[in-house]
Amino acid sequence: MKIDSIQNGIVIDHIAAGRGMQLYHLLQLDKLECSVAIIKNVTSRKMGKKDIIKVDGKVDIDIDAIGYVDPKATVNIIRNGELVEKRDIVLPERLVNVIRCKNPRCISSTEQELDQVFELKDREKGIYRCLYCEAKAEN
Amino acid sequence: MRSLIDILDLSVEELDEMVKVAEDIMADPAKYAHKCDGKKLATMFYEPSTRTRLSFEAAMYELGGNVLSVASAASSSAAKGESVADTAKMISCYADILAMRHPKEGAPLVASMNATIPVVNAGDGGHNHPTQTLADLLTIHCEKGRFDNLTIGLCGDLKFGRTVHSLIAAMCRYPNVKFVLISPTELKLPSYVKTEHIKPSGHAYEQTTDLEAVMPQLDVLYMTRVQKERFFNEEDYLRLKDSYILTPEKLKNAKKDMIIMHPLPRVNEISVAVDNDPRACYFKQAYYGKIMREALILKLLEVQ
Repeated sequence: MKIDSIQNGIVIDHIAAGRGMQLYHLLQLDKLECSVAIIKNVTSRKMGKKDIIKVDGKVDIDIDAIGYVDPKATVNIIRNGELVEKRDIVLPERLVNVIRCKNPRCISSTEQELDQVFELKDREKGIYRCLYCEAKAEN
Repeated sequence: MRSLIDILDLSVEELDEMVKVAEDIMADPAKYAHKCDGKKLATMFYEPSTRTRLSFEAAMYELGGNVLSVASAASSSAAKGESVADTAKMISCYADILAMRHPKEGAPLVASMNATIPVVNAGDGGHNHPTQTLADLLTIHCEKGRFDNLTIGLCGDLKFGRTVHSLIAAMCRYPNVKFVLISPTELKLPSYVKTEHIKPSGHAYEQTTDLEAVMPQLDVLYMTRVQKERFFNEEDYLRLKDSYILTPEKLKNAKKDMIIMHPLPRVNEISVAVDNDPRACYFKQAYYGKIMREALILKLLEVQ
């Protein structure tokens, strides 16, 4: 299968196989007008299999959201067909409006225009808790 | 400006200092009778409460301050759909300090993020109830004389019992404390309280369903009510509500100097026959709660 390289945009590489769609939805890539490719189960020497997302357009991507879904992913910024920047991904300390709290007793379920904020509580296990009710984020 | 949302917002040193102030208030209440002259406490209680609300209001009056209060959520602007953030901003215009109880977890935090006055969490759903923990801590300190080297039994609803979670978090900061967790299987302590508080502290704990078996080792027995309002399903509530009822017979093997605590209100989990036992501390605990709230108001209003 061949997918053309992009001229201006972003390549999210080394996504754990199977998480590409989750990232696609979380980053709201379905709302973009430009070309977006999700390539699943690509053979990888390091990972065995991986997913890749290519976005052909100058868009802002929420790096924190990528870190939440897969901190081992890599982000490459492409300009005029050249790789101009590689961004390292780490688990962000805070996630703002990336995921929603599912606790029906949480104030964030009723308070108008309240940011959905999750804080990293355990970096090793990747555990995030809601700032308001401390419910654990379900990944 | 400080608020109190979680008991861990206060350091061990700050708690020690508040216990000292509380003991001084008990020794010489007249010295504190005008400390808050001209200050106003607003109490916003969106959930039913008797003790906590009266305790806050009594505390402010004892300090010479005044109280602004809304009778219930139904008679507040929340019934018109006002957000917690807006309510907090509005109250900041009228009062010097706000005590808020709310059924939604995290509501007092949202209030503190928007208010320009100190906010005290007076209970947010099944989440936190730090001023009850202040009452519990003063009770333990006054009745046992220490916070360390204690075996604390927590009995009843350990799943939804916010007072239990906060007390464990607070007591984990003192040396050589053992927790004995006594509950029906369905109401066990949530695992995050163990992994985030007990285990990192290195303190010992055991879980059991048998209160009488562990009774002899306890220095403190903290009873809790199975709270109807925390259940979505009434059948579950009815099945579990009478899991533990403390009677004089069950206390036969308890230490002579053990103390029995309960955040109140009691329904039937402690028999009235236990009230005259010298180990029963739950009504004194309500008194200590008022004193500790006085110490808290002084601290947050930065009154010397």
